[in-house]
Amino acid sequence: MNHAARRCSRAVLGPLVSALTAALMMIFALMTPASAAVLHVAVAANFYGTLHRLAEPYALVSDNTLSISAGSSGQLLAQIRQGAPFDLFFSADRQRPRQLESQGLAVPGSEFTYAVGSLVLWSPRAGLIDGNATVLRQEQLQRLAIADPASAPYGAAAQQVLTALGLWERLNQQHKIVVGESITQTWQFAATGNATLAFVALSQVVDAQGHISGSSWTPPQSLYAPIDQDAVILKRTHELSAARSFVRWLRSAPEAARILQAAGYRPGQ
Amino acid sequence: MNAEDLLALTISLRLAALTTALLILVCTPLAWWLATGRSHWRTPINALVALPLVLPPTVLGFYLLVFMGPAGPLGRALAAVGLPSPAFSFSGLVIGSMLYSLPFVVQPLRDAFAGVGSRVLEVAATLRASPFDRFVSVALPLASRGFMTAAVLAFAHTLGEFGVVLMIGGNIPGRTQTASIAIFNHAESLDYAGANRLSAALVILALLLLLAVYAGRRERRDVGQQARQDVRQGPPWRWS
Repeated sequence: MNHAARRCSRAVLGPLVSALTAALMMIFALMTPASAAVLHVAVAANFYGTLHRLAEPYALVSDNTLSISAGSSGQLLAQIRQGAPFDLFFSADRQRPRQLESQGLAVPGSEFTYAVGSLVLWSPRAGLIDGNATVLRQEQLQRLAIADPASAPYGAAAQQVLTALGLWERLNQQHKIVVGESITQTWQFAATGNATLAFVALSQVVDAQGHISGSSWTPPQSLYAPIDQDAVILKRTHELSAARSFVRWLRSAPEAARILQAAGYRPGQ
Repeated sequence: MNAEDLLALTISLRLAALTTALLILVCTPLAWWLATGRSHWRTPINALVALPLVLPPTVLGFYLLVFMGPAGPLGRALAAVGLPSPAFSFSGLVIGSMLYSLPFVVQPLRDAFAGVGSRVLEVAATLRASPFDRFVSVALPLASRGFMTAAVLAFAHTLGEFGVVLMIGGNIPGRTQTASIAIFNHAESLDYAGANRLSAALVILALLLLLAVYAGRRERRDVGQQARQDVRQGPPWRWS
């Protein structure tokens, strides 16, 4: 091919290729349904695994996909205040979503309880805990782990249970209570055997069959305030209708309720 | 390992490589000035450089987040010229990592430059080498071990970074979720098998990279010794 011919072919091919590319891109743009959105969800770390499990059946009924970011509720709150690009916030408590709503950072009226957690006294050792949790009163009890009552809802619930049982003062005076910075760390204290017992979330110790390994005691709900975990849609979202559709599915689909229950939560109202 | 883990691993490697390269570029003149300058500002700057070691990473991350956020000085300055805030983006991670690993680069470089000593530089000056030539042909080769140490420390420190990137980045899959954060996600959802797999991948990868670097450094040391010998021998000197 001589120079002139090559130059000519380049002159023709260049615009042709760009025109084809543009046409292809337009076709792709038309093919993807208009409703498909990526929802960026900030979730309290203890619910991260469950939300992933919920995302699977949701993907079957919707074109929207979830992009899930985990952190502690307090850290996520700080990030949302600084403009983090999230559409939904799944907190481990009620206060933080309410704070966001009162500060005008959440869509008014969008707050709802997505799950209610259950507290459980747990040990990896079988037979250690009986139906009355007598082990809590025994002198040979070494260490009981709870999450930090000031920052973790499960820690506050553990404190309420121990107070109701009349054990809080005594165990504290005997320095038998160790405090984990999160409910995960609290679980780790017991799972590694460094604490004899721990007040953890039911969701952490229940397996897919609803079975709990080791031994455990579930305190009656009357001993502590319900551990409501609330979510809100954030005001900065550009995907309001997609966010609303996910929330609607989460609150109404029997599949969602089944997954929540299997994971050790009760569905919210 | 799933696709998200692999993506997190590549983000970690990109972040560590970019942070290391930028830090070496920025810190070389700074370390040179700290080692050879005569300003009274050197003492306070030396102290400032060490400060990222003091604050807990999540606290450092929080301050950076406020600094970059829509109400912070950097966020407002960028918004004024129509640029988005670097918070919750890869560029934000790079800024945070650079600050976090700053002392690990400045200190070895400063000490390496100080170790070069003024004598060889004066000798070079008597041979009419310009200040820039003295820096490039004498100081840099003699300080090459310091550069190697600085690069290895910055790379490894960034790879293992957690608190700062979690705070500034927001743990967004495919964008700001690094390998160390993905390990945290696995551990938080009590998926210890997943956490172990990714930890093993991260550790083995880092080990291989460090082995490669140290194997290369052995040969490079011979170059350094040669340079030192050349300096000791003095003239006749060949400037290349």
